[in-house]
Amino acid sequence: MAIGVFSATRATIEQRTLRTDRWWLQPLITVAVLVLFIIYATFRALENEYYFAGPLLSPFYSPCLSTICIEGAAHFGAPIGSVTIFGLLISPALFILLFPLGFRLTCYYYRKAYYRSFWMSPPACAVAEPHSKYTGETRAPLILQNGHRWFFYAGLVLNVILTYDAIIAFKNPEGEWGHMSVGTLVLWLNATMLWLYSASCHTCRHTIGGRLRNFSKHPIRYKMWSWVSVLNHRHPTFAWISLFVVAFTDFYVRLVASGSINNLYFF
Amino acid sequence: MSRKVNLRIWRGDAKEGKLEDVSVEANEGEVVLDVIHRVQGTQMPDLAVRWNCKAGKCGSCSVEINGKPRLACMTRMNTFADDETITVTPLRAFPVIRDLVADVSFNYRKAMEVPSFAPPEDLKPGEYRMAQVDVERSQEFRKCIECFLCQDTCHVIRDHEENKRSFAGPRFFIRIAELDMHPLDRLRNRKQKAQEEHGLGMCNITKCCTEVCPEHIQITDNAIIPMKERVVDVKYDPIQWLGSRIRKREGIS
Repeated sequence: MAIGVFSATRATIEQRTLRTDRWWLQPLITVAVLVLFIIYATFRALENEYYFAGPLLSPFYSPCLSTICIEGAAHFGAPIGSVTIFGLLISPALFILLFPLGFRLTCYYYRKAYYRSFWMSPPACAVAEPHSKYTGETRAPLILQNGHRWFFYAGLVLNVILTYDAIIAFKNPEGEWGHMSVGTLVLWLNATMLWLYSASCHTCRHTIGGRLRNFSKHPIRYKMWSWVSVLNHRHPTFAWISLFVVAFTDFYVRLVASGSINNLYFF
Repeated sequence: MSRKVNLRIWRGDAKEGKLEDVSVEANEGEVVLDVIHRVQGTQMPDLAVRWNCKAGKCGSCSVEINGKPRLACMTRMNTFADDETITVTPLRAFPVIRDLVADVSFNYRKAMEVPSFAPPEDLKPGEYRMAQVDVERSQEFRKCIECFLCQDTCHVIRDHEENKRSFAGPRFFIRIAELDMHPLDRLRNRKQKAQEEHGLGMCNITKCCTEVCPEHIQITDNAIIPMKERVVDVKYDPIQWLGSRIRKREGIS
């Protein structure tokens, strides 16, 4: 049965789209970048090695809450202990990555990106999608997208922890304060970009003032909403930059921890 | 300076139709609607095209140009290459009437389903007093010219005719948002209605409505996502829900 733009009452046009521009390029790039990130993140989460080079801790493993963490990496103790499934020790990264993964999966911007590029719903504007039925985010599992704010709150906690990691990066490997290295800059860049990504989030914008009906009764919240709105325009940019930076930060820590490079100290 | 341009115009009705090639003169400064009028005046006198203001403010001349939903009166000819064939079709999300004219009455039916503004009972027209800061969010949505390009590009109904029963579309989500954000509107169940009756949950925020809006209304960021968040407040966030019960308000005053 003909559906969508091919329905009986619509203008009879054979093509799924008459667009002449390269509408397929953006979804293609999105798929390529996200697949590369997923491969790298999965490899690193399962590698369970080279994530700590005192005082630098990879964001993929922070906070490290397991008894199997590398010595010195468990800044907040080991409440999780060690977990094994079918005799395999579970990497401490897997307990942590669930939260940023959930935050990005339910993020309004990433939803647009992966609905278009992976699910092709639609692949681009005015390009017919290949699905015969569509219920959007009204049923399981996609109705769970409404839980975005819970991951947002969890993400804020992780941002605080990653900022703490960046602060202790002012120590040297002997644990003395007052030093600064390339790793310090990398960890601060990572924390900053993650804060910008969270602060520009649509849920943040709503929570901080968007839900109000009368801004005039809440001038401080209105001012904060205005600031967040400015950041919110750049949410997609922060989403991508923070993704690249978190992967780069982990990669840098891995290089230092594996002995491939030295963490250059400025003082 | 004028030049010859090649157009492919869809001609037909609800039963049948096809793209027809035509070559026509285009002068400097002209828009697609000018050229369509020249085709109508010189080669296809029975070509049906809907238009009115020719200034991008009436929303009548919505068509699809090279596959993209556009206003014919706001699409300048100098944005196309000299050797480019420009394809013009009616809106593909709605039933076609004839040639470039589509039946957009779906939108008028949906408009009637949105409860109108409900001011406080003790206020008469002329007595409304609001701070500018409280109404400017709603004012952005008042820029809508009802061209229905956002409705046309929305894949929820463009690609799924059956969803037209349960989905109002982006134009009416901005109407609902406009009223729900209005400081004097007393109807407090717009969020629930948006989700349960107007199909807000079907929107997967792929932002095509925002991309095609000729008034540059930030439909997704300023209306649909805020409405989705307001729905979460009342339906999926137990802390917000509890707070609203305790304080006897919606948390949005």
